Amino acid sequence: MDVTLRIRRYNPEADEAPHWEEYTVSAEPTDRVLDLLHQVKWYQDGTLTFRRSCAHGVCGSDAMLINGRNRLACEYLVRDAGTTITVEAIRGMAVVKDLLVDMEPFWDSLKQTMPFLVNDEIPADGRERRQSQADRERYEDTSRCILCAACTSACPIFWSDQSYVGPAAIVNAHRFIVDSRDTAKQERLEIMADPDGVWRCRTTFNCVEACPRDIKITKAILEVTQEIGKAGIR
Amino acid sequence: MTVIGSATPRGAIPPTRTHDLDAVVVGAGGAGLYAALELKQELGPEARIGVISKLYPSRSHTGAAQGGVCAALGNTEEDHWEWHWFDTVKGGDYLVDQDAAEVMCRDAVETIINLEHLGLPFDRTEDGLINQRRFGGHTRNYGEGPVRRSCFAADRTGHAILQTLFQQCIKHEVVFFDEYQVLDLALPGGPAGPVSGVIALQLSTSELHAFRARAVLFATGGYGKVFKVTSNAHTLTGDGMAIPYRRGLPLEDMEFFQFHPTGMYKLGFLLSEAMRGEGGVLLNDRGERFMERYAPTMKDLASRDVVSRSIYLEIAEGRGIGGGDFVHLDVRHLGAEVLNKKLPDMSGFIRTYFGLEPLTDLVPIQPTAHYAMGGVPTDIDGRVLADETGRVVPGFYAAGEVACVSVHGANRLGTNSLLDILVFGRRAGKKMAAELANLPEPIVDADAEASVQARISGLLAGSEGERPAVIRAELQEVMFAKCGVYRTEELLTECRDAVAALRVRAQRLLVQDKGCRYNTDLGDALELEYLLDCAEATVASALARKESRGGHAREDFAERDDVGWLKHTFASRDPASGSMSLAYKPVTITKFEPRARTY
Repeated sequence: MDVTLRIRRYNPEADEAPHWEEYTVSAEPTDRVLDLLHQVKWYQDGTLTFRRSCAHGVCGSDAMLINGRNRLACEYLVRDAGTTITVEAIRGMAVVKDLLVDMEPFWDSLKQTMPFLVNDEIPADGRERRQSQADRERYEDTSRCILCAACTSACPIFWSDQSYVGPAAIVNAHRFIVDSRDTAKQERLEIMADPDGVWRCRTTFNCVEACPRDIKITKAILEVTQEIGKAGIR
Repeated sequence: MTVIGSATPRGAIPPTRTHDLDAVVVGAGGAGLYAALELKQELGPEARIGVISKLYPSRSHTGAAQGGVCAALGNTEEDHWEWHWFDTVKGGDYLVDQDAAEVMCRDAVETIINLEHLGLPFDRTEDGLINQRRFGGHTRNYGEGPVRRSCFAADRTGHAILQTLFQQCIKHEVVFFDEYQVLDLALPGGPAGPVSGVIALQLSTSELHAFRARAVLFATGGYGKVFKVTSNAHTLTGDGMAIPYRRGLPLEDMEFFQFHPTGMYKLGFLLSEAMRGEGGVLLNDRGERFMERYAPTMKDLASRDVVSRSIYLEIAEGRGIGGGDFVHLDVRHLGAEVLNKKLPDMSGFIRTYFGLEPLTDLVPIQPTAHYAMGGVPTDIDGRVLADETGRVVPGFYAAGEVACVSVHGANRLGTNSLLDILVFGRRAGKKMAAELANLPEPIVDADAEASVQARISGLLAGSEGERPAVIRAELQEVMFAKCGVYRTEELLTECRDAVAALRVRAQRLLVQDKGCRYNTDLGDALELEYLLDCAEATVASALARKESRGGHAREDFAERDDVGWLKHTFASRDPASGSMSLAYKPVTITKFEPRARTY
């Protein structure tokens, strides 16, 4: 079948402003939107620019606003997207070219949250630290994040003020805050209690809807606020 | 075809910018990140360690690895690293260098423990230890039956490894040059070395950068995109193999490419072997569990080359599903608990891409091009070898899929890829740190910089020619059909000639994007050139090897020939004349004499 792709294009070297272009491609219902973007780039217009790598939803490169919602282009199939598909860059981040945005502020936010385990003690027997299955389960969900930015770029608080650390950074903070092996919980909670931290969330659930991994982001945010309360941080 | 984009090709490429570093790591997957971490830990916080990658580190293909990483921890049943060593040698059809495999399997235990200390979210046993499960080709007591050896984080072990190492690199303030594509090695004295750094293209601006360093590690991964059906990411185009090959350095054992049995039909990406490790079975059109015929002991958990050939034969004999080119993976009996808790990503893939329910539906699978056993030859410390005599290229290191140590021989066991990147990435980092002071001061390679500039200008200047995607699609088609699971003299000869013809056509590529910002159209053209180089070396090596061993199966030479072919291939191309040559290096055998290989 033929599918019409409406793509919001912007080439900073040639265009004064973003504009829409239409392309017609031949597609199967099981094709991914990413396959259609490739058809355009490879065989119609080589200037179309976007990021992608694994093409099956694990590397997090190709978050885009597709048919009005943030999704991974490699996880959204034509059978669900229909025969007219609109594709634009994710919001809240500067468009560099076509579907590709400036990710640097996103990584900077992540790095603010100490995204690494802190624990210099090694068991006396030289073996692994023990961790119960229940303790392991506490960060199962948030350790699944692929850093695609679909959540943060769907957040209305983030749209209005990019100093907000955003849901992805909180998810990654949560992953360590509730890890029984970590020794820097207090410091992490103080970072999260910052005015630009977790309290900015207004629970609109856009992030949950956008997450391609179905991570329960607002639950993680709530747990972080509870931990801040328990730690007595004001 | 017409040219789109800015009307005038850019006249002058921006001048090359220079960076002086102590060591450069190219590639930000597991091997590169672990090496960078070791370099920082060995040399201290002042050390200028740069990681250059064409992707953000968290996008690296390490993150797609699923089922686990093996180490004989013995956490759930008796196990010994010597058993793992034997399995690795046998799995590699005795082409494994046994001293290297010994190092890998012995170091595995300490390495996995170290990763836990770094924060890796392993699944746990009821006692809180790292949990372990079965995996193809891994056995107890030298082949008696399956053993629980694979350490895992659900079915996203690679993701957990990549995240953990990236996190620790952030902690240790490794400097990242993200979205820089390396285009050449600085080799001012010729291919014998020493290496003086690399030249890279900054994707966001198209500026060229010369990174000068005494030590360079290539950890750039494989080249699965040379095949039509592959589990590999779009970005796996063999850059790190082709760059030294173009400079006249050899590639080892390129004829050995692994076809994984359970690729998702037509899509190519994997359904983890862990699905069979947890009890999944393969069925043909008659509903028969056919692996019982081919591998009576290990059945569906025989090594990958064996299972892929069995599927191929079932299909060839008309027992594919509906007579077609696929078979079924049956995981219905595993139950919701196992599918949703231990294999959640796999179950999600089946639902998302096939619209099928693994609890009630059979899943269509076909063998998919998965892993290069061959690559840039190295010793057990990641030092790149200049030739089959073992001469080292000073300052040049390689680790991970780009390298060939050789721990995988003719066929890699499941989980040993993650182990390889970890053990040898780490060892290479340590060795670089130890050797750094004794390596010569880097000097500018003006020729390399000029040749990269000329190459890019040439690609951007053309206003007619063929689109890279057209040639790439033909290459992928011919390689999958004629240099795939089964090969013959006739098929390989046709394949060699087809690749040569495509190489000629690729001298006139049309890059439509003439701009400087994220010119991914230019990137496609550069990557196509690398794929063609890797294909050339692969087919030439395969055509010469007149035997069947591991991932290289010849219908016209169906038996393994230890008298004639128990040796590694070294393929190289003379940069001046363009002529290819093959040389051979004996296999290192220290403990396990080659025996017939049955599962």
